[in-house]
Amino acid sequence: MIQIKQLTKTFKNTKGLDDINATIESGEMVALIGSSGSGKSTLMRHICGLMCCDADSGGQIEVLSRIMQRDGRLSRNARQVRTEVGVIFQQFNLVDRLSVMTNVLMGALGRVPTWRAVSNLFPPVERRLGMESLARVGMADKAWQRASTLSGGQQQRVAIARALTQRAKVLLADEPIASLDPESSRIVMDILAQIHREDKITVVVSLHQVEYAIRYCPRTIALRHGRIVYDGPSSALTPSFLKDIYGSESEELFSPAMDNAMRQQKNELQRKSATAPAAA
Amino acid sequence: MTAQSTLLVSTQPPRSLKSSILNLLGWALVLAALAWSWEGADMRPLDLIKDSGNMATLAADFFPPNFSDWKFYLDEIIVTFHLAVWGTFLAVVCAVPFGILSSENIAPWWVYQPIRRVMDACRAINEVVFAMLFVVSVGLGPFAGVLALWVHTTGVLAKLFSEAVEAIDPQPVEGIRSTGATVIEEVIFGVIPQVLPLWISYSLYRFESNVRSATVLGIVGAGGIGVVLWEMIRGFYFAQTCAIMILIIISVTLIDLVSQRLRKLFV
Repeated sequence: MIQIKQLTKTFKNTKGLDDINATIESGEMVALIGSSGSGKSTLMRHICGLMCCDADSGGQIEVLSRIMQRDGRLSRNARQVRTEVGVIFQQFNLVDRLSVMTNVLMGALGRVPTWRAVSNLFPPVERRLGMESLARVGMADKAWQRASTLSGGQQQRVAIARALTQRAKVLLADEPIASLDPESSRIVMDILAQIHREDKITVVVSLHQVEYAIRYCPRTIALRHGRIVYDGPSSALTPSFLKDIYGSESEELFSPAMDNAMRQQKNELQRKSATAPAAA
Repeated sequence: MTAQSTLLVSTQPPRSLKSSILNLLGWALVLAALAWSWEGADMRPLDLIKDSGNMATLAADFFPPNFSDWKFYLDEIIVTFHLAVWGTFLAVVCAVPFGILSSENIAPWWVYQPIRRVMDACRAINEVVFAMLFVVSVGLGPFAGVLALWVHTTGVLAKLFSEAVEAIDPQPVEGIRSTGATVIEEVIFGVIPQVLPLWISYSLYRFESNVRSATVLGIVGAGGIGVVLWEMIRGFYFAQTCAIMILIIISVTLIDLVSQRLRKLFV
């Protein structure tokens, strides 16, 4: 499904990515973890063809058995490959001044002829698909609002609806929850897990909080200084194991925010069960 | 002056020696430029006082203004307005593609460099010069004025438009690109929504300045109220000249006010 071979990317004098080799099979949900600066985003941007690896390094990325880039050059049909790869960004990357619906319809650009898109004549089939996608992420009632009027979590859900409208077979989520509060993070991760389950979409999600990786993704690839330091079941990621591979950096990978959110949820449940008998 | 500035340096919190020397040097350069230009600009401030009598006589000829032909003047002002409308409209239409193609973040260097140079040329030469050339080629009248405004304003707006494009947030564009959109779709859905308010504001502002410029274009025969104004000045009809000037001031002010209001809606 996704095949990465000998991928190396050098920034001015540091190695952003250092000989990455990995294969992700169809229908997997994989987490990409690592502290900031470990190369998660760089790797994601290479897979979706927004960045090219070092020239003549022999690096190659194949997505859906088609070459996305090779030897530091985007393949000629990279645009075609991109139409089947949905990307979710940390900053949502919606167009603020356009309506939610128009943003979602952007997912259909790969299928709709340019002249139709430009004159805003998207076919009814695509409009229906756009509405359905919005309904699936629970944003159908906001379809005609401007994207800028939504909260971060809502914008991220619209971005997921855009990928659904794209009918993407692969979904790359680059730090989708890093700018969100714990509650929105949970909703976004639940939606990602749900579309992975229901649509059999292959999902790669980069995270810097291990808890989410353990909870949502069976497999984790861990990066450090641009190298893969672990690739295997997420269940093996115990704090002591992470300390082994990351040293003191491992603290950054555990977020107090999520602990708090879970504790709050638990407290709320307790409070509810405590007040319920009194009300009765 | 040096003593004073050293005093300032010593009493103010640290200002590095280098920056205060640069500061002094800057002022010295300004003064030198002013002194150097004095002769060339034929500066004779005393003549203002010596010849004040002449000026008073001239000013007296202006008043009271003679509005007897106001209908004719108004017609010509409206022609001037029409000229600015078409000149600006054609310029906006052309500045959109030229502006996008001269943006570093959209076009490769071998596209934006030549286009920028052409736009520089359009901008460097004043409307009046273009108007004189077009009067020769298409004849006297407003059409020459429209062409002159068109060429010059295209140069100005293309530059302003491309500056807006270069300041956009690249992230939404990447969002569009990641769906497999073509470059044209990226520009239309990712770039233009971000710059549109600024573009509209710049276009309205240029429309205002084009109305003002259009009053001058008439002097070289490119139509509008300027033609009449020039005839009156040349014929020493100062009371009529005064009336025309007052009408120009009123109409330009009105247009500025309306356009300012409109611009506020978009930013």
